[in-house]
Amino acid sequence: MSSEVATATTQGHTHRDDAGTKLGMWLFLFTELILFGGLFIIYAVYRFSHGAEFELAANELDRLVGTVNTIILLTSSLTVAMSITAIQEGKKNLTLLLVGMTVVLAFAFLLNKYFEWDHKIVAGIYPGSPDLINKPQGVILYFGLYYVMTGLHALHVIIGMVVLVVMMFFVKNGTIHKGSFVRLEAGALYWHLVDIIWIFLFPLFYLLH
Amino acid sequence: MAIAAAAHGAPEPDFYHAPSKHKGIFAWILSTDHKRIGILYLFSLLTFFLIAATLGVLMRLEMLTPGKTIIEPQTYNTFFTLHGIMMIFLFIIPGLPAVFGNFMMPIMIGAKDVFFPRLNLLSWWLFLAGGLLALVSVFLPGGATDTGWTFYVPYSIRTSTNVIPALMAAFILGFSSILTGLNFVTTIHRMRAPGMTWFRMPLFVWSLYATAWVQILATPIIGITLLLVAIERWFGVGIFDPSLGGDPILYQHLFWIYSHPAVYIMILPGLGVVSEILPVFARRTIFGYKFIAYSSLAIAFVGSLVWAHHMFTVGMSNTGMFVFSFLTFLVSIPSAIKVFNWIATLYKGSIALEVPLLFILSFIVQFCIGGFTGLMLGALAVNIHVTDTYFVVGHFHYVMFGGTGFGLFAALHYWFPKMTGKMFKKKPAVVSWFMVTIGFNVLYFTMFILGYQGMPRRYYDYLPQFQTLHVIATVGSWILYSGILVMFVNLLISLRKGEKAGANPWGGETLEWTVPSPPPLENFDVVPTVTTGPYDYSKYEAVQEAK
Ligand code: HEM
Repeated sequence: MSSEVATATTQGHTHRDDAGTKLGMWLFLFTELILFGGLFIIYAVYRFSHGAEFELAANELDRLVGTVNTIILLTSSLTVAMSITAIQEGKKNLTLLLVGMTVVLAFAFLLNKYFEWDHKIVAGIYPGSPDLINKPQGVILYFGLYYVMTGLHALHVIIGMVVLVVMMFFVKNGTIHKGSFVRLEAGALYWHLVDIIWIFLFPLFYLLH
Repeated sequence: MAIAAAAHGAPEPDFYHAPSKHKGIFAWILSTDHKRIGILYLFSLLTFFLIAATLGVLMRLEMLTPGKTIIEPQTYNTFFTLHGIMMIFLFIIPGLPAVFGNFMMPIMIGAKDVFFPRLNLLSWWLFLAGGLLALVSVFLPGGATDTGWTFYVPYSIRTSTNVIPALMAAFILGFSSILTGLNFVTTIHRMRAPGMTWFRMPLFVWSLYATAWVQILATPIIGITLLLVAIERWFGVGIFDPSLGGDPILYQHLFWIYSHPAVYIMILPGLGVVSEILPVFARRTIFGYKFIAYSSLAIAFVGSLVWAHHMFTVGMSNTGMFVFSFLTFLVSIPSAIKVFNWIATLYKGSIALEVPLLFILSFIVQFCIGGFTGLMLGALAVNIHVTDTYFVVGHFHYVMFGGTGFGLFAALHYWFPKMTGKMFKKKPAVVSWFMVTIGFNVLYFTMFILGYQGMPRRYYDYLPQFQTLHVIATVGSWILYSGILVMFVNLLISLRKGEKAGANPWGGETLEWTVPSPPPLENFDVVPTVTTGPYDYSKYEAVQEAK
């Protein structure tokens, strides 16, 4: 332990311990996973008790939209991962470009999601709508979970975008550079989390048969 | 604990007088110094405690006579809800970690601060925001929440009172708790001084470490669950509402998956404080250090698997009931290991009956009573009869208040000289200990009898046959409350008028007693090198043996 001791950031002077910072970030990601874990438990319980109705409801989702969004997010994970390599090699402009692409892809994901939700809402499928209330209980539960889980995920996409934009700012003004890029790594980790959660949401809602 | 190198330069100002870039109150509420944040927590937390305790005393006053005594039934409902929410989320969960963990833990492991100091400040701000939101919700149109602190659906979806602000308050407080846990785990992993190996850490630090993991792993579940209830109220999504196909029992499972581990968030630091204070006043090395350390982890682990013992009467398969009952019995093993170790520590010690030790002794006795009644509740046959009665109210007050609450009082007296640089007056402190202990037991032991005779909890009214016992309990609450006031007033007066305390007034052997009282801004001039385990009282023990 001895060499990593003097790492506190007290008022005045700052020391560094990147491994510690990443440990903290990983712990935070665990809590996010567990947060969604609660929702996955609920999903599992209701899917078990209302299996047939869940499949019925899933037919109303557009698989193509879901697939496109999955491809978009996977690509964005790739670009953000490449940005780490770029900053390690000291290529500042390339880093900015790659993180920027990630943000653009995130925006495309949200746009797609917006049209999908809008389409559903116009069709009268949203929590508390008169159309939905009359459907079987499993369908109500399915769409309740659909809106809550994809909505909460979308919120995480937005937070991730904000984080990445801030990282771009740091890269630009030189706070993040070749010798110190743990913040960018933490931001990228967060982005991968957003991606991974979607990887679970996609089959659970779109690929039911 | 022996320190190899302790160089001394010119005396540094203590952290109260250290230069700060902010002025006045901002030097406090914007400070990232773990010691200042600890003090901020202390004052905000004790304020919330006093408010909630006052609500408790008012409830007891209401129960003095059958029918209406002072307040309306609906007011009673809102009182026990607010009392529960504040005591749980604003007092006992943050309690020891946020105040004494923040102030002492970095010093105890030889660090200058926690790993993420700014995150630490953010935790306090979230804590304050959550607390104020809970209080404000009382005065918003719609009226204070009346669901009980457990927010059970479907009632929490249907009631017209202000459930959403209370839910949001609990959500924010959960977030604050997660950030503190994350900070502590990282700090303990990365910032121990040279030579401070895992098994040289003070036991209070061990208990904080176990607690921090529970905070990180369990709190997100309650976060999402409470959020879902709020979303359900806002948008009418059917997730828990049975009329839309939802399952209210699923809510209870999710609630207790967090809230039962949360009772270990409450009790573990309390157990840690006992293990910390006991050796100092027994002048003996703690008995079974490793067993105590591991039993904290065991409690944290097994405690995460017993949540459904809150739901024996709700509807569960027989197999489920047996399994959860069995696991509940299992948790008592690591708890008992600790108690036996404490008693073995006291045995043949040269005991100094100082105020912190008095509170610790009350703790041990009350924790045992709370634990044994917990076993009774864990037995299925008994549970069916006493669930949702005053027996349960007695049980959890014994563990949470008689345990952790008393642990906090002990810690407050033990570390008071270190935090303030002043000694408190002993006589009034002993008087307050006596009043608090007597009042506490009169109040809550009576509740066991009441519950056993069938008095349900959360009831505003009762049958005349229960009155004698209710009167006794209410008188107990007066003694208890006065005792608490005496204690706080004594400490406040000592803050101004107390004698100066030296660096080590109790003869402690852990690192915090090697720095001046109050400590300087960066705690140590030179990062200490640790060469022995904590609680090395061999010099006293030798004397004792010679006798
Ligand atoms: C002066 C101190 C206290 C007094 C006089 C007091 C009194 C009471 C009373 C009368 C009730 C309601 C019983 C009922 O009608 O069911 C209650 C409930 C409760 N108390 Fe306390 N209490 C005190 C301290 C504490 C402390 C320190 C804690 C926590 C650590 C605590 C946690 C609770 C909880 C969780 C409930 C249940 C609320 C609910 O039913 O939703 N109390 N207390």
